Amino acid sequence: MAEAAFTVAFAGPLVTLQDAGRPGHMRFGVPQSGAMDRLAFDAANAALGNKSGQTGIEISLGGLVLQCTHGAATVAIAGGDFTVQLGTQKTRSWTILTVQKGERLSITAGKVGSWAYLAFAGRITAPEWLGSQATHATSGFGGGALQSGQTIILSDTAVREDRLGDIPKPDFQTSRPIRVVTGPQDQHFAKETVTQFLTDSFAVSDAFDRMGMRLKGPELPLAGALSIPSEPIVRGSVQVSGDGVPTVLLADHQTTGGYPKIATVISPDIDRLVQHRAGQSVRFADITSAQAVAEARSYAQQKAAYLAEVSVARGTLAQRLMRENLSHGCAFD
Amino acid sequence: MDPQFKAIADHALLVTFAEEISDAAHGAVLALDAALGANPPDGMIETVPAMVNLLVSFDPILTEHDAIKTYVQGCLGASLKARTEGITRTVQVCYEAPFSPDLAAVSSATGLTPEAVINAHLSGDFRVLMYGFSPGYAYLSGVPGAIQVPRKPAPVRDVPAGSVIIAGPQCLITTLKMPTGWSIIGRSPTAILTGDPDAPFLFDVGDRVTFQRIDAATFAQLDKASDHG
Repeated sequence: MAEAAFTVAFAGPLVTLQDAGRPGHMRFGVPQSGAMDRLAFDAANAALGNKSGQTGIEISLGGLVLQCTHGAATVAIAGGDFTVQLGTQKTRSWTILTVQKGERLSITAGKVGSWAYLAFAGRITAPEWLGSQATHATSGFGGGALQSGQTIILSDTAVREDRLGDIPKPDFQTSRPIRVVTGPQDQHFAKETVTQFLTDSFAVSDAFDRMGMRLKGPELPLAGALSIPSEPIVRGSVQVSGDGVPTVLLADHQTTGGYPKIATVISPDIDRLVQHRAGQSVRFADITSAQAVAEARSYAQQKAAYLAEVSVARGTLAQRLMRENLSHGCAFD
Repeated sequence: MDPQFKAIADHALLVTFAEEISDAAHGAVLALDAALGANPPDGMIETVPAMVNLLVSFDPILTEHDAIKTYVQGCLGASLKARTEGITRTVQVCYEAPFSPDLAAVSSATGLTPEAVINAHLSGDFRVLMYGFSPGYAYLSGVPGAIQVPRKPAPVRDVPAGSVIIAGPQCLITTLKMPTGWSIIGRSPTAILTGDPDAPFLFDVGDRVTFQRIDAATFAQLDKASDHG
């Protein structure tokens, strides 16, 4: 089987190996982790025909530069609008390229988005923890954060001429406010405070990493000085600290905590929330828990249809030309 | 104990037994946790026990809040009988310098000699209340009243993994190098993150814990064999 090696010429902070994560260990203090934007991550793997959840690299705004030192591999880059450069060829994320020995691939922040995903036609050799290579950023457990100078070894690599080109972007994500179900501790806030949370605009602050996203905006005072017993937290919990500042907890969240949660972001909306950048504004809107379930089901259906479309190889250049000929008549007669 | 139910987003239900921490509330949490663990409803992904409530997370494609709530209500009567007593785990701890930087401060805050502080800690009846904060951070209840001290005003950075720390009625054995405002009274070579794929964590919530005193030489020997460096 073919192998390839990439040297990390540069890795910014929070560039980590991620997969679908490790569900089922929250009772031991372990969040699921995995990709922050699961839709973009899944699209990158689907575009290569990879198994769903195959380990890839999550790239932060800090960026990543890889140098291929051995072998070759086709790669897919999806998520946000990052700048991609392969040798002298410049393009953007949502693309599939082949990186050959001696070539340099750089993926850096573009105009929009906070996270991009690099998937390989090939398997990354990396440590596992609890059955997953997803990196838990604060402990470093799992595949780990990439460090400049490190070498990434890939096995079962392939060059897939039939997959090169653009990846269609998903078009089913809404641009409406981020939808939440209020609670589970909304009773610790005055009614006006919950209303304010749902009507005012908040800005994403610089305190945004894999654990959570702190927001700037109107203060959300707690009704009375109270400390609640530490309670379970989920990805999407909006906890409000004693100073009235809300934080949305994300992929590497603590599993329990004593701050009241005013609302919880529904899972379909987390993918687009995490692509916001510091300074961008966010609004929230509440829906019922029954509506949230309906939205989750509809999102899952649309996502499955989209990934199925992305996963179809479009054929080599020759095959694509042939298909064009067949559908448009006889261009090459 | 009649719980309250709260829907969390599209994928979880929070079952709360009381507003305040009590043995009865935590017992009800453990009983329901055991019942759901033994007979999970369709679509359940996992349960997370905490002080007064249990999170039941589920796959919204397969089920929804009302179905989980109905199932939980059906378990409540039976679940109290299902409560397990938990397994007793032994954790070794060395209270000698340099592993116990706050032993003197606890001693002066409580008016006990350092030796009496150690003996009080060894006499505690500890139970695993819940995990949180970081992987493997198990919050133990049962620090005897005589050595209960408040948190420090500011956390200390880079406290090594394996530190045995106390604050109020709770004790914890750290698993990572982390900041903490709790008092550091010893260091343990016992791995909470066991490295065993079949049983990766030493405790489950509800287990009992007893501490066993070891000297620095024994610590050095055992620490070499265990995971944290």
